[in-house]
Amino acid sequence: MDRFSWSNGLLEINETLVIQQRGVKLYDGDDKAKLDVGVALLSTHRLIWRDLKNHECCIAIPLSQIIFFEEQAAGIGKRSYIPALHFAKIVIHLHPAPANKEPGPYQQSKFSYIKLSFKEHGQIEFFRRLTEEMTQKRWENTPVSQPIPTATGAQAGRTRAVGIVGIERKIEERRKETDKNISEAFEDLSKLMVKAKEMVELSRSIANKIKDKQGDITEDETIRFKSYLLSMGIANPVTRETHGSGTHYHMQLAKQLGDMLQAPLEERGGMMALTEVYCLVNRARGMELLSPEDLVNACKMFESLKLPLRLRVFDSGVMVVQLQSHSEEEMIASALDNVSEKGSLTAEEFAKLLGLSVLLSKERLLLAEKMGHLCRDDSVEGLRFYPNLF
Amino acid sequence: MSFEWPWQYNFPPFFTLQPNVDTRQKQLAAWCSLALSYCRHHKLYTLDVMEAQESPVFNNKKIERKLSLEAIQVVFEELRKKGNLEWLDKNKSRCLVMWRRPEEWGKLIYQWVSKNGMVNTVCTLYELSNGDDTEGEEFHGLEEWMLLRSLQALQTEGKAEIITMDDGKGVKFF
Repeated sequence: MDRFSWSNGLLEINETLVIQQRGVKLYDGDDKAKLDVGVALLSTHRLIWRDLKNHECCIAIPLSQIIFFEEQAAGIGKRSYIPALHFAKIVIHLHPAPANKEPGPYQQSKFSYIKLSFKEHGQIEFFRRLTEEMTQKRWENTPVSQPIPTATGAQAGRTRAVGIVGIERKIEERRKETDKNISEAFEDLSKLMVKAKEMVELSRSIANKIKDKQGDITEDETIRFKSYLLSMGIANPVTRETHGSGTHYHMQLAKQLGDMLQAPLEERGGMMALTEVYCLVNRARGMELLSPEDLVNACKMFESLKLPLRLRVFDSGVMVVQLQSHSEEEMIASALDNVSEKGSLTAEEFAKLLGLSVLLSKERLLLAEKMGHLCRDDSVEGLRFYPNLF
Repeated sequence: MSFEWPWQYNFPPFFTLQPNVDTRQKQLAAWCSLALSYCRHHKLYTLDVMEAQESPVFNNKKIERKLSLEAIQVVFEELRKKGNLEWLDKNKSRCLVMWRRPEEWGKLIYQWVSKNGMVNTVCTLYELSNGDDTEGEEFHGLEEWMLLRSLQALQTEGKAEIITMDDGKGVKFF
């Protein structure tokens, strides 16, 4: 504790407040310091402690004095028969005090380490910040002049604020602190944004390299890289699909479609062409329309998500969404019945009969032909289907 | 006796080449037998492809359907594979239709020959195909080339021998 110096607690120009924590009690080594519970402030340059009740009692130590620090876990102690709850502490080991150190609360101490006890918690964050600052060593970039020494050591270091000037100064201080706190809070987010931007840029540059086939990327590596990107949700890195519209989005979309399409599908006999689905869905949505690609990708996930819908591709390339309960054999048998009843049918007639779209009715007839139930009559009159009497 | 058309003849899909493989096989089989029986009935031994398109076999005016040129070629190819057809030229415009194969003819002729006790005698080809004796036989009116082939078939079987004479060909039966 003899490493500390009295301070007025004001931050210098290049010094930034990193974090502050109330309810901190200082320990000189293992012994409680003869100070009350106060506020611990971590800045880019110093560790400051201020008494809660007596704001003028403020001490600080430069961060460069810290050799090493660690956490000490909380626990239940059994001293003197009364189990006392020990709070988590941070133990900070310090360099010996420099010769020109300003006077502090302790003239000397047999310990070269201090402890901060967090009675109101917050040690995890404090520790994290301390680690950060000790890693970054920002005080080295912007050296801060030592605070003005006060006349007497026993008294608090702050110049006595008297009258209105003092009040104004206090308000100013508080405002600065609040400001710093706010920018502090958002610093995390902006750091994240910066990192994310870097990641996106990196993946984009690599993707471009792949596209231009520059660099020494082999075919193997290209495929592997693409698979990594895919697993991260960037399906096609060259398009704009790097902003949360990856597979997770498609999964959600698939679920939504599953709910939305039940009723229309049943109305239309269990099968709808994908184009019809596209129109229906986008009309219902109104805004935030789906792109065709998104729709197809979402539909492809029906099976894996165990939804009662299926995306089906016919030989001719036509894509439909159909209910899982839809049975193709039944459809074909009924188609055969219809055709036999009428002798022969064209696709248009069949569509009219069943209330299906012409495209789908043709698909069904073609499927029946493929199965050998129907045969075709192709002439100048058009394409007709007959029951297969051969 | 008029020719009896099979039921498929009046079935419009019969005139469209079916895409379904199984269906197509059945269709082609029906076409082959129709073509052959028609030729047999009318004693047609050669066919010209262009003429065939207009022939009632491949063109059913009643239901307004006719087999496309492409489909006719497919049918002919099928016949050729079976041994009932032979192309006369490289362009595949004329062909010989053997609604009965040479071996079959040979057998018939030999039967008649043995029935009439003409074994070990020599006959001219003309006698066989246009002679009074053979009137009423199925091979009566058989075109020379067909007759020749049939006899050649018998020759390979060792039942006959073709002899070349001054004014034509003859055959000796064993």
